[in-house]
Amino acid sequence: MKVLRDLFRDYRFTVSFVVLVFIVTMAVLSFFSPYDPTLWHVVPRDMPPSSEYVMGTDSNGQDIFWQATFAVRNSLIISLISGIVSRVIAILVGMIAGYKGGNIDRILMFIGDSLLVIPLFLIFVMLAMMIREHMNLVTLGLMLAVFGWAWDARLIRSMVLSLRERDFTMTAILSGTGTLKLVIREYMPFTTPLIFSTLINNMSWAIGLEITLAILGLVNLNIPTLGTMLNWALFYQSILLGRWWWILTPVILSLLVFIALYWFSVSISEYLDPRTRIQRVGA
Amino acid sequence: MAESKQVVLRTEHLKSFYILDMQGTQKVVKAVNDVNLEIYENEVYSIAGESGCGKTTLLKTLFNEIVPPQRLVDGKLYYRINSEEVDVTTFSAEEKRRLRMEYISYIPQGSMSVFNPVIKIKGTYEDFIGSHVEVKNRDEIFAIARERIQELGLPKNVLDVYPHQLSGGMRQRVTIALASSLNPQIMIGDEPTTALDVVVQRGVIQMLKDIQKKLKNTIIMVTHDMGVHANIADRIGIMYAGKIVEEAPTEKIFDMPLHPYTQFLINSLPKFGDKTMRESVPGSPPSLADLPTGCPFHPRCPHVKDICREKMPETIKVDAEHKVACWLVEEEFNG
Amino acid sequence: MDKLLEANNLTKRFSQGNVISRAILTAVDNINFYIKPAEIFTLAGESGCGKTTTAKMILGFEEVTSGQLLRNGEPQTDKEKAWITEGVQAIFQDPFSTFNPMRRVDAYFHETVYNFKLAKTRKDAIDWIDQKLQLVGLTYQDVAGKYPSEFSGGQLQRISIARALLTDPKLIIADEPVSMVDASLRMSIVNLFKQLRDELGVSILYITHDLATAYYVSDRIAIMFRGKIVEMGSVEDVLMNPRHPYSKLLRDSIPQADPKLRWDSRVTLAELEHEEYSRKGCRFAGRCPEVMDICKTVVPPDVRIDDVFVHCHLYEELEEA
Repeated sequence: MKVLRDLFRDYRFTVSFVVLVFIVTMAVLSFFSPYDPTLWHVVPRDMPPSSEYVMGTDSNGQDIFWQATFAVRNSLIISLISGIVSRVIAILVGMIAGYKGGNIDRILMFIGDSLLVIPLFLIFVMLAMMIREHMNLVTLGLMLAVFGWAWDARLIRSMVLSLRERDFTMTAILSGTGTLKLVIREYMPFTTPLIFSTLINNMSWAIGLEITLAILGLVNLNIPTLGTMLNWALFYQSILLGRWWWILTPVILSLLVFIALYWFSVSISEYLDPRTRIQRVGA
Repeated sequence: MAESKQVVLRTEHLKSFYILDMQGTQKVVKAVNDVNLEIYENEVYSIAGESGCGKTTLLKTLFNEIVPPQRLVDGKLYYRINSEEVDVTTFSAEEKRRLRMEYISYIPQGSMSVFNPVIKIKGTYEDFIGSHVEVKNRDEIFAIARERIQELGLPKNVLDVYPHQLSGGMRQRVTIALASSLNPQIMIGDEPTTALDVVVQRGVIQMLKDIQKKLKNTIIMVTHDMGVHANIADRIGIMYAGKIVEEAPTEKIFDMPLHPYTQFLINSLPKFGDKTMRESVPGSPPSLADLPTGCPFHPRCPHVKDICREKMPETIKVDAEHKVACWLVEEEFNG
Repeated sequence: MDKLLEANNLTKRFSQGNVISRAILTAVDNINFYIKPAEIFTLAGESGCGKTTTAKMILGFEEVTSGQLLRNGEPQTDKEKAWITEGVQAIFQDPFSTFNPMRRVDAYFHETVYNFKLAKTRKDAIDWIDQKLQLVGLTYQDVAGKYPSEFSGGQLQRISIARALLTDPKLIIADEPVSMVDASLRMSIVNLFKQLRDELGVSILYITHDLATAYYVSDRIAIMFRGKIVEMGSVEDVLMNPRHPYSKLLRDSIPQADPKLRWDSRVTLAELEHEEYSRKGCRFAGRCPEVMDICKTVVPPDVRIDDVFVHCHLYEELEEA
């Protein structure tokens, strides 16, 4: 707990922590929503914010506040799936490629590099045309995960490459430890900070990509997410027609999520890295 | 003989601590704890001490390079510049920068970090020398550098290779050549021969002596190897737990070591050709963050007395050139 | 005579460079030596002379290019893991990198005990570990639950030795075990080696460039230069009466802790190292104070004088006599 107290001394951590708590609370509130988010015309349309409708209502006849709770929840779910699945792949690939080397390394890196180079939008346009109607949170999350592991696998691989040359690897080998146990026990403590910060980055990236794809109409627009809310708001010309409450809600929420995730990741990484930690403290 | 020499660097009650603030608790590491030095021109003064006694911190402080969390807590540091004693702790960053390389230069431990690994050696030379000397073009810089390198017996083409192409010993020698290029008055070396093979070590020591004889300047260095001290030093200071506990000309230290720690240091070394059993210094050095009361050596001292546990011994002059800080010696000397 | 370990014509070649220009570096060139049980054998030489590569081949971390390694008379196959089959163990130069700074030190002990099936219960394991730690002057209490950063270099090196002793090895390879330890503390580690040899009958392959401790502790010594053994014999013969010019140079370069014994002659160091490796003839010819014309073109022979092997043209006539 001393660690938490230390972290709170950094204003970035405090602010981002508060914002993230707020976001998660919103997501949890979605379970208490009085309205079904996929229905239309449940409330009067296009009402500005008032005491009854805190964030107003939209042109589909939905309460924006409750819609937003679902949007936040779903976006978080997508980004968590993307983040976690891509971490798992990145760790497996990075560690095996780094430790084994040779042909296995070359093949795995070739696959990873190809995924980095392929233009994402073309793929997503193709996929959207094929399965848009059947896309749900999990499939979108998995698709994002497939494209999100390659970069971080390389980072983990280079870490493992240098760790492999260190003396304690030899000590572990001389102690009779097998490859898998060795890689997990010896190298994980080094890679954990990296994995954590790249998880948050990946989540940020996933939400951003989801919003972009949604605005372009490449996802299932019936599922409320931050991106699909934006898409509907633009579709109904809410800027032109002065219905600022509809467009601003997802925009502000997205901004909050991005900034909060970024500051959260940066403050924790700086805390974990002993060199920057001492600099923070020295003065 | 020492009387006629000028003092080129002087410290008064120098105290430099590391103040760390980890997870709410403060830890103070007393790395340099009341050090008084008088270093003369045209001499090699070397400091002996085990790891963890504060010697690297002392060198950094003498070089006037104090970066948080290290702090100068007390004391003064004087350089003799243009025949005048100047308190350099108050200097601005620019003034300090101008002194470097031209007045005082630093040879770090581990030569790899001095040279930029992706440019040739001459690139680093250009950076270092070019930022201190007004020269019209690069060729003049390289002329200065090549001359010095050849004088010191290094191969001519060493400037044209990359750092990784040189062995550790060669890099160290090039680092020393670089540090001496602008004829500094003081050269500071942190373990310049550690981790080098005996033959290369001998070459490095030879080179340092050549430079010192040629420039007639001062070399202050630190090493834990008494054999190196015996071969290069004019005067030796023995450092323990942030303090200088004994200081004397080289012959005196080896012939007549007075402080129990010095005696241990000398007796723990194998004399080549002698297979009699030798023992290391017993116990281990104290943590600089948690020093014992009184004399910091008392937990390991075979002659410890009550007063040693209570009061820090004062430095007494046994003769003109020999100083010791020990209650045992004080007793014998006075009583 | 019982030979614990024997190397016959052991050679290791590395190829460096890329597709366009490849260079072959012969790091270990046709060396022959053996180690007896309960003996401390020193392999001495500068950095880059091939001693660490030799150690890695013995351990099985590097493949042997040509030649043979025999253990108790049996040839070692390529895939063999010496520490598993023969209980050969090793300790390294930097005690702080020998252990993972993020893991507790006793984790390695427990792992070794578990992997080699040295104890059946945790209590037995702790007893076994404690026993070995006591051999180096520590106890399980001293070590349990602590991280490497909580120990000094000397202590950590002793802990490393204790770990190596867990499997009751007959041979311990010690690669520069004291060069990173303060000169004043080296004796305690080196005395420990003597104890291990005398009380437990363990042989130690002591790799170092510090001839002072080598003289103090070893029985026999081989001096390596750029991949070749240039002189080998009992440590009395080789160090007190060195014959090869390089051995003489090494011996004279030991800094004595006595200002009256300062060096009075100058030394020339090697120019760029890789040139020495690619010399024809004797590799030391570039710096040898007693060099002859033949040294520059013909590889010197191995000459046996009394019980000492010397690899040098200077002594060629003696063999014929």
